[in-house]
Amino acid sequence: MINQNLQLNSKGRLKHFLTIEGLSAKILNEILDTAESFVSMSQQQVQKFPLLRGKTIVNLFFENSTRTRTTFELAATRLSADVINMDIATSATSKGESLLDTINTLEAMHVDMFVVRHPLSGAAHFIAQHTSPHISIINAGDGQHAHPTQAMLDVFTIRQHHKNFSQLKIAIVGDILHSRVARSQIQALNTLGAKEVRVIAPKTLLPAHIESLGVKAYHDMKQGLNDIDVIIMLRLQKERMNSAFLASENEYFNCFGLTEKKLKLAKKNVLVMHPGPINRGVEIASSVADGHKSLILQQVSNGIAVRMAIMSMAMQIKGTSL
Amino acid sequence: MKTIEIKNGRIIDHANKIDQLGSLYIARGKIIALFNKPKGFKADKIINAKDYIVCPGFIDLSCRLREPGQTQKATIASETKAAASAGVTSLCLPPDTQPVIDTPAVTELIKDKAEKVNYPNIYPIGALTQGLRGDKLSSMVALKSAGCIAVSNANAPLDNLVILRRAMEYAAGHNLTIFYRPDEVSLSHNGCAHEGLMATHYGLPGIPEAAESIAVAQCLELAELTGCQIHFSQISCKRSVIKIQQSKKYGLNVSADVAIHQLHLSENDIEPFNSFYHVLPPLRSKDDKKYLQEALANGTINAICSDHQPHDLDAKLGAFPETEAGISSLETLLPLSLRLVENHILSLPHVLASLSSEPAMILGLKTGSFTIGYDADVCIFDPQKKWKINHKNWLSSGKNTPFWKHTLKGRVIHTLQKGNLIYTLEKT
Repeated sequence: MINQNLQLNSKGRLKHFLTIEGLSAKILNEILDTAESFVSMSQQQVQKFPLLRGKTIVNLFFENSTRTRTTFELAATRLSADVINMDIATSATSKGESLLDTINTLEAMHVDMFVVRHPLSGAAHFIAQHTSPHISIINAGDGQHAHPTQAMLDVFTIRQHHKNFSQLKIAIVGDILHSRVARSQIQALNTLGAKEVRVIAPKTLLPAHIESLGVKAYHDMKQGLNDIDVIIMLRLQKERMNSAFLASENEYFNCFGLTEKKLKLAKKNVLVMHPGPINRGVEIASSVADGHKSLILQQVSNGIAVRMAIMSMAMQIKGTSL
Repeated sequence: MKTIEIKNGRIIDHANKIDQLGSLYIARGKIIALFNKPKGFKADKIINAKDYIVCPGFIDLSCRLREPGQTQKATIASETKAAASAGVTSLCLPPDTQPVIDTPAVTELIKDKAEKVNYPNIYPIGALTQGLRGDKLSSMVALKSAGCIAVSNANAPLDNLVILRRAMEYAAGHNLTIFYRPDEVSLSHNGCAHEGLMATHYGLPGIPEAAESIAVAQCLELAELTGCQIHFSQISCKRSVIKIQQSKKYGLNVSADVAIHQLHLSENDIEPFNSFYHVLPPLRSKDDKKYLQEALANGTINAICSDHQPHDLDAKLGAFPETEAGISSLETLLPLSLRLVENHILSLPHVLASLSSEPAMILGLKTGSFTIGYDADVCIFDPQKKWKINHKNWLSSGKNTPFWKHTLKGRVIHTLQKGNLIYTLEKT
């Protein structure tokens, strides 16, 4: 299991944010509460907080991502930090520079925090283990392992509608096998005490022993969506079609695509979520994505407040004390 | 030094059914007598082995020395020193050196280096296919005459079954054993961990057991067809063991080894993203580990090897999937093997046999036991001595072991190779 001490300092406070695993419900709730305070404050049209003034944050993206990077950038800017974006997807490491050299080089520029996205599982842990103690690492997605800030903004969005997780049944639908988002969501929902977490996917897209993560697995939407409060749809990478994971987009949509008709299988007041970007007509019908049950855009806005909360907490600043 | 008496030790030689206190007599590099001093024998040197176990030196079926080609990781000089300190008196070198062992020249280069470092018992394994590319047969006859003890495609894929069939026929015709590390690459593709609990948990690309067991099944079918002598290297899972067990039951003469770490570690032991646990075949489930132990006890698996793969630290610095696979395991071979005895999985004589007489049989070598007239390859160890792995105690250039800083029990005191004392533990 993940060593808790790597993420927490000696006082048990957040130092790095690498994975949901090993974090207590107390810390997760603290993140959610802090994020809440940022949301209510931004509703008062306060744009910037001086919490991270003088701090330098580097968005270190070894893999392309416009949205996640943009929300991290906005979050950091609203906290008054200086932000540098580094897209290393195709530059330094492909020239043979090792991950460690890249980190060391940037570290020499007196950085306070790295926000890291990397195509390999474990990259954020590796970086956290090899940087100076004063630097915080936020995992913005590593391989198929974890995407904890996404999971936190998802549970934050759910909490805005349902205060009590212990009554909730949530279904995550789609490519669980390759999804770091799903792994982090499952851990967050289970830590917060959700009544039931289900995954629904064709067998090709479910990893071995998935039940060990604390979920029930279904291969059929009819059974899987029965009595569900929240449906989280995952993005289906189109290249999965070419590697024998699936037969065709059409067949996938027919079986697992979320349509108005399938939505009726769940509870009446069901909520629909998606970490984005969505593939309309592949995993979700436009009418559902844009419908009144959809929280997809709300998730995006919440992403900023949640990331502000995590960044300020990792820098040992209490957002709620403002 | 011409004559040696090793006295007062507990002499264990499973192949000759010996387990008794007494003396071992050596002259001109050979075992000349046990227990009873030959007439007129005068020892030039006496080694007191009181409280120690005296057993045949270990024969390692898979040990990378990284030379030629990767001397930043290790050298023949550094690793043979480590081998001597581990009681290993013969070792087989897989052909994936750089250049590959697919010509007599490379074979001879290695043999020459072995002589130079006074560790003559290095047995190169020749490449099964040219450059290990899996398309053209290597000149196996020439490799054999140059000193290759077997042929293998090491960890390189051999996905064309026609090539494998022809290679097996060709090898069979020249009495060469094929060392086969079963791996169906289309199934293990890009994997770095056992497709199980931990891979799912940490999002690591998985390797299913079937990637190995399917390759075992294919190879067994072809062994039957071609009559080739097959030795399976580094079996890692229950399903492979079952296949081998069945074929042995029906009279097929195959053998198998297991890497020492597979008998002690499972996927559950992997510290999150700690690249020292990155090894191929991957650490499997607890159930697989238990089955491998049983397979060793019931003889389905014949031998234990170190599967020693020393790395420089750079090779292990990075995100888990991008690090190089392999454990530096020569020096933990004996202590971890002794743990099997302590855990009541195997008897001490049986464990020692799986490190000596069994691999000797697989290789067709006249060593691995104290038969009179055999080379005096001897390991003398203290089964009780505890030691902590640290820079001072460790001789291999590869420090990549998940057991680093662990305290282990069992330490080699002396190692003799062809009657030469090649290692003595320094007094601390």
